Amino acid sequence: MSSQSANSYWKANLKIVASLLIVWFVVSFGAGILFVDALDTIRFAGFKFGFWMAQQGSILVFVVLILAYMRLMDRLDAQYANDNAAENSANSDEEAGQ
Amino acid sequence: MNVQTWTYLFVFLSFSLYIGIAIWSRASSTKEFYVAGGGVPPLANGMATAADWMSAASFISMAGLISFLGRDGTFYLMGWTGGYVLLALLLAPYLRKFGKFTVPDFIGDRYYSQSARLIAVFCAVVISFVYVCGQMQGAGIVFSRFLEVDIETGVLIGMAIVFFYAVLGGMKGITYTQVAQYCVLIFAFTVPAVFISLMMTGQPIPQIGFGSELTEAYGGGYLLDRLDGMSQALGFATYTEGQRSTQDVFFITAALMFGTAGLPHVIIRFFTVPNVRDARRSAGYALIFIAILYTTAPAVAAFAKTNLINTVSNAEYTAMPEWFKKWETTKLISFEDKNGDGRIQYVGDPAVNELDVNRDIMVLANPEIAGLPDWVIALVVAGALAAALSTAAGLLLVISTSVAHDMMKRSFMPNISDKKELLYARLAIFVAVLIAGYFGMYPPAYVAQVVAFAFGLAAASFFPAIVLGIFWKRMNKEGAIAGMVAGFGFTAAYIIYFRFMNPAIDNADNWLFGISPEGIGTFGTLINTCVAIAVARLTPPPPAAVIEIVERIRLPGE
Repeated sequence: MSSQSANSYWKANLKIVASLLIVWFVVSFGAGILFVDALDTIRFAGFKFGFWMAQQGSILVFVVLILAYMRLMDRLDAQYANDNAAENSANSDEEAGQ
Repeated sequence: MNVQTWTYLFVFLSFSLYIGIAIWSRASSTKEFYVAGGGVPPLANGMATAADWMSAASFISMAGLISFLGRDGTFYLMGWTGGYVLLALLLAPYLRKFGKFTVPDFIGDRYYSQSARLIAVFCAVVISFVYVCGQMQGAGIVFSRFLEVDIETGVLIGMAIVFFYAVLGGMKGITYTQVAQYCVLIFAFTVPAVFISLMMTGQPIPQIGFGSELTEAYGGGYLLDRLDGMSQALGFATYTEGQRSTQDVFFITAALMFGTAGLPHVIIRFFTVPNVRDARRSAGYALIFIAILYTTAPAVAAFAKTNLINTVSNAEYTAMPEWFKKWETTKLISFEDKNGDGRIQYVGDPAVNELDVNRDIMVLANPEIAGLPDWVIALVVAGALAAALSTAAGLLLVISTSVAHDMMKRSFMPNISDKKELLYARLAIFVAVLIAGYFGMYPPAYVAQVVAFAFGLAAASFFPAIVLGIFWKRMNKEGAIAGMVAGFGFTAAYIIYFRFMNPAIDNADNWLFGISPEGIGTFGTLINTCVAIAVARLTPPPPAAVIEIVERIRLPGE
C-alpha cells in the first residue's frame, strides 16, 4: 500500500472512530448523567426518559455503535483492498508495457 | 424435589459439562494454552468474552446494588457496557494487528523497554488478583448458602474446580467452557426475570415489564411510580432520582469505562480469533450477549425492590416465609425488633429501621421472594457459579501468562523451552489459586467494592499507555513508564488511604473534589495521561523501528 493511501485509510478510520465516540459520549455522559434531570420531564409508558436512557437506552445505543463500527470498518477495508488491487494491477500493466 | 436437591443436580450437571469440555479440548502447545491457537470462531469467541467479562459482580451483586441505589446504580450499567465500546473501537483491533498475546507484551515491545514490560506485568498481576479474589468470595457465598456448608468449604470447592480446568485446558479449554457457562448464566438470569415480570405486570419481556403497569393483584399503576411512592412513604430515596453528586456519578462511570477497556483478561480475547475482521465481529457479538444481561438487570432490580418492600414492610415477623429465616442464619439479613411490636419496620430512618438486608443477596433471594418454583431458584445458583468461575479462570490465565510468558520467557529466561514454559504457567495458576482462595475466605471488602478497585487500577495504569501508544507516534518509553507509575501509584494510594487506613473519614466531605474511591481511577487516568505526555515531550522520540511498527498497525489487514 502506498504511503498516501495508508494515510487516507488511517484518516478515514479516525473519522469513523471519532464520530461513533461522539455519539457514545452524548448518550452516556450526556443523556444518562449530565442532562438526566432535564430529560426526566419527558415521560413515555412508565418510564421517565432520562432514567430510561441511563438504564436501558444507552446500552442499546452502545450495541448499535459496535455493530455500526463493524460494518463501516469492513466496508473501508474492502474499499482499500480494491484500491490496492487496482493499484497493483496498474503497476503490473506498466511493467508489462515496458 | 426440594431446592437443595435441585441445586445439587444443576450444579453437578453444569460442572460435569464444564470439566468434560475442558478435558475434550486440552491444550497441547503454548499457543493453544494462551490464545487457543488463534482459531476460535467469532460467535463462540463472543460468548466466551461475554462470560469472561460478566463476573460474580455482574451476576450476583449488580442488580442488588441497583435496587438499593436506584438511578445512581446506572454507573455500573453504563460504565461496564460503555467501556466495552472503548475497548472495541480504540484498542482491540490495533492490539490484534500488533500481534502480541498480552498487554505487558504490547507495552514491552511498543515502549522497547524491559522495565516498561515488568511494570505492566506487575500491574496486570495486581489487577487480576484483586479481581479474582472478588470472584472466589462470590463463589464462596453461593456455595455456603445453598449447599449449606461453611464459607471456607465453599471457597475450597470453587478453588479445586477452577484449578482443575484452568490448568488442564489453558485458553482452549477455557474458551469452550466459557461458551457453556455463558449459556448457563444468561438462562439462569433471564428465566426468573421473565417469570417475575409476567407475575407482576403480565408482560413477558422484563425490559418492557419494568415500564409497564402492575396487575390488579399488585395494586395497579406503573411499577416505577409505585416504587417511587413506596420509597417516599417509607422515607427511602426516590428510586428514579439521583442521590449522589453529578461529578461523582460521572467519575465512577468513567473509571469503570476506562477500566473495562484496560482489563487484561478481556483484551487477550481478541487474539483467540483468526483475524482482525473476526476480532471486530466477535466484539459485536460479545456486546449483544452482554447487553441481554445488562438490560435485564435494572428490571430485576426494580422488581426485587418492590417485592421486598411488599413482603416485609410492616409484616408480622413470625409470619415471614422460609427464605427469610434461611438468609437470617447466614447473617445476610438481620432483624431487630426495636419497638417490640413483633412487626418489621423497614424504613429509611436508621433509628427506627429494624431490618438490614445485604445487597449481594438480592439476585439470589429474588426468585424465592417472588415465590418461584424450586428449580428456578436452583438454576440461579448454577448461573451465579458459572459467572464467578468463568471470570476467575480467565483471570488466572492472565496471571499465569504474565508470570510464565512475560516475566520468565521474555525477561529472565529467554531460552526456556515450550514445555518448561507451560510448566511455569501451570505452576503460576496453582500458586494464584491458593492465594486467591485465602482472600476468598478472609475477604478484605465486599464483592462489588473489590471489583470496582480492580477497574480503577486498570484504568489508571493501562488505558493511557495503550491508547497513546497507538494514537500518538511520538509517545516514548520514558513517558509511558512515568505515566503508569504515577497513575497506578496515585489511585492505589487513594483507595488504600480511604478504604483501609482511614475508613472513618471515607465520605464525601473528605474526598478529593467529592470523588469516591470507586471513581478515583478516572483522576488517576488523567494524571497518567498528563504525566506521560509531559515526560514524552521532554525526552527523545522513540526509535524509527518503533514508529514503523505503529505505522504498520494503522494499515488495514490481519
